[in-house]
Amino acid sequence: MTIVVVMEQVPDVVEELVIAPSGTDLDRDAVSYVINEYDDHALEEALLLAEATGDEVVAVGIDTTGELDQALYTALAKGARRAIKVTGDFEGAWLSTRAAAQLLVPVIKELDPRLVLTGVQAPDDLDGQLAPTLSALLGWPHASVVISSEIADGVVRARKELWAGITMTLELELPAVLGVQAARQAPRYVPISRVRQVMREASIETREVEPVGDLAPSLMRLRFPAETSQAEMLTGNASEIADRLIELLRARGLL
Amino acid sequence: MSQRITVLVEHLEGQPTDVTFELLGLARRIAKTNGAAVEALLFGETVRHLAQTLPADRVVMVEHPLLRYLAPEATAITLTTLLRTDPPWLVLIPNTSLGMDVAAWVAATLDWPLIAYCEALEQHDGQLVATAQLFGGKILADVKLEDRPTVISALAGTFATDALPPAPPGTIEHRDPPAELAALRTRSVVLERPEAADVDITRAEKIVAVGRGIESKDNLELAEQVAEALGAVLAASRPLVDAGWLPRSRQVGKSGLKVKPKLYFALGISGAPEHLEGMKDAELIIAVNKDPKAPIFSVADYGVVADLFEVAEALLERLEG
Ligand SMILES: Cc1cc2nc3c(=O)[nH]c(=O)nc-3n(C[C@H](O)[C@H](O)[C@H](O)COP(=O)(O)OP(=O)(O)OC[C@H]3O[C@@H](n4cnc5c(N)ncnc54)[C@H](O)[C@@H]3O)c2cc1C
Ligand SMILES: Nc1ncnc2c1ncn2[C@@H]1O[C@H](COP(=O)(O)O)[C@@H](O)[C@H]1O
Repeated sequence: MTIVVVMEQVPDVVEELVIAPSGTDLDRDAVSYVINEYDDHALEEALLLAEATGDEVVAVGIDTTGELDQALYTALAKGARRAIKVTGDFEGAWLSTRAAAQLLVPVIKELDPRLVLTGVQAPDDLDGQLAPTLSALLGWPHASVVISSEIADGVVRARKELWAGITMTLELELPAVLGVQAARQAPRYVPISRVRQVMREASIETREVEPVGDLAPSLMRLRFPAETSQAEMLTGNASEIADRLIELLRARGLL
Repeated sequence: MSQRITVLVEHLEGQPTDVTFELLGLARRIAKTNGAAVEALLFGETVRHLAQTLPADRVVMVEHPLLRYLAPEATAITLTTLLRTDPPWLVLIPNTSLGMDVAAWVAATLDWPLIAYCEALEQHDGQLVATAQLFGGKILADVKLEDRPTVISALAGTFATDALPPAPPGTIEHRDPPAELAALRTRSVVLERPEAADVDITRAEKIVAVGRGIESKDNLELAEQVAEALGAVLAASRPLVDAGWLPRSRQVGKSGLKVKPKLYFALGISGAPEHLEGMKDAELIIAVNKDPKAPIFSVADYGVVADLFEVAEALLERLEG
């Protein structure tokens, strides 16, 4: 049986982000893309599940950047059996979650999995999370913010994190959708040489699709947060800064 | 569609959560400018006693054993059923672990727009504009609200509660649970509390918190030393806990613990919204980060743009030397 993992490339927020002249998108030329960190966890959780059940993991992504192959080959190198990239006339487009879900549903239906795993959230969407959106469109039960899972007797038992260490364990009938916050263990590492080998030996399947209309909120503009911060920036070399900090803490009776 | 603003009440173990009151306060502020009514939707197993505590014009209650913990499927179906029969203008859902699962499901099922990660909802030139956080809080998006039912999932710890009238509510109404609850595909829901931790960071007066900038587990020792020298306890952002470097009980933030110490000294933490949610009310926040644009500086009292290792070592030298 099949477990689908949905993967997305997102702008690396560690880098400087630039707003495009249109004011409603990032300057995509200035962006470097990384795989959404929660997708690494979703993939890891899928691989762990599959190791226990003998399921086949299929990695699926929508290629909005023209650079998705690397991520999919990495997934194959880590143990996914197949990788599928959804392509179409949306390269460079900023897809809403709703549009992404609509594009993914036919591919998921074709694969007929018993479980779909996505990352819990991505930093680039205005309209919420994909896992519950897919759940609604597919009519399958779901849980997000999942930190461990187990397949047993026609159900998936998923542990969802609330807050302050409180968790909710749900038993969902299969097929189901999970939004993964963290895998049971840190995502596995795969050497680049192994990825290169996979690039020579395996291939990525493609599914060409038509773009969909969608109901994205009407974005007026993007902007940087106002510099409302009262933060006083301390400058100088490390020892001058250390002196200032100690002075500050002493003055407040904190040392 | 009526000019109603509907708030989904979140509660756990017999208490509405703080964000519920924040959203009721937000709804009240918007309602004041355009005469809308504020409605609270209260789902649970037995929640009658909670209805009295909710400052809304109307509380609509649905009681059913499957709604006990507000698990995703039961909550989403119940909410969708009510909204479909009598659509409000805005639906406010907390962008919490419970709310996240519900908001997108409801919006997709009803085919209504959803604005997630909302941190502000304000009138600009007679137009209601929602501001959402994107890219880890580094970018804000202003979105115009249309004249149609819209779902908004709003960040916790962001909205003031001062506009709230005193409870009890105007009216309390009871609705039957939807028939679909009989056919749920969620078979069981169990809630678990964490075991007692070695250190309770919510009681600490001083916290040294480390983030991914610390780079490796081995480097944690340096942070431990700084904490010790300052008489502080060590806490962390989520990725360090996910990596297994520190126990869950040391995690600050949305899915971790909320802390309000006298000193929060953040080393190599970017300040993602989910982290800020847990510490922005600390009395004194000092942040060290090599990225001058790190959102942590937006809540800090003092900021240092520098390499955390250099600052930590210099501090140690002073404090121990
Ligand atoms: C549902 C949900 C719940 C979440 N709950 C939480 C939560 O409870 N708590 C939490 O923390 N996060 C939580 N997160 C994760 C959150 O979104 C961020 O991913 C996380 O807070 C980032 O941690 P960080 O700041 O340590 O890492 P990064 O964002 O990677 O930041 C590392 C920072 O270190 C700086 N840095 C690197 N090297 C150095 C150096 N040598 N010197 C100085 N600075 C350096 C970098 O400039 C960067 O700003 C949650 C996410 C989701 C989706
Ligand atoms: N455009 C997309 N292409 C592929 N996967 C996506 C896309 N958008 C969201 N996802 C998946 O959904 C997860 C959560 O993202 P989001 O729901 O957008 O917050 C991501 O980590 C991916 O697993």
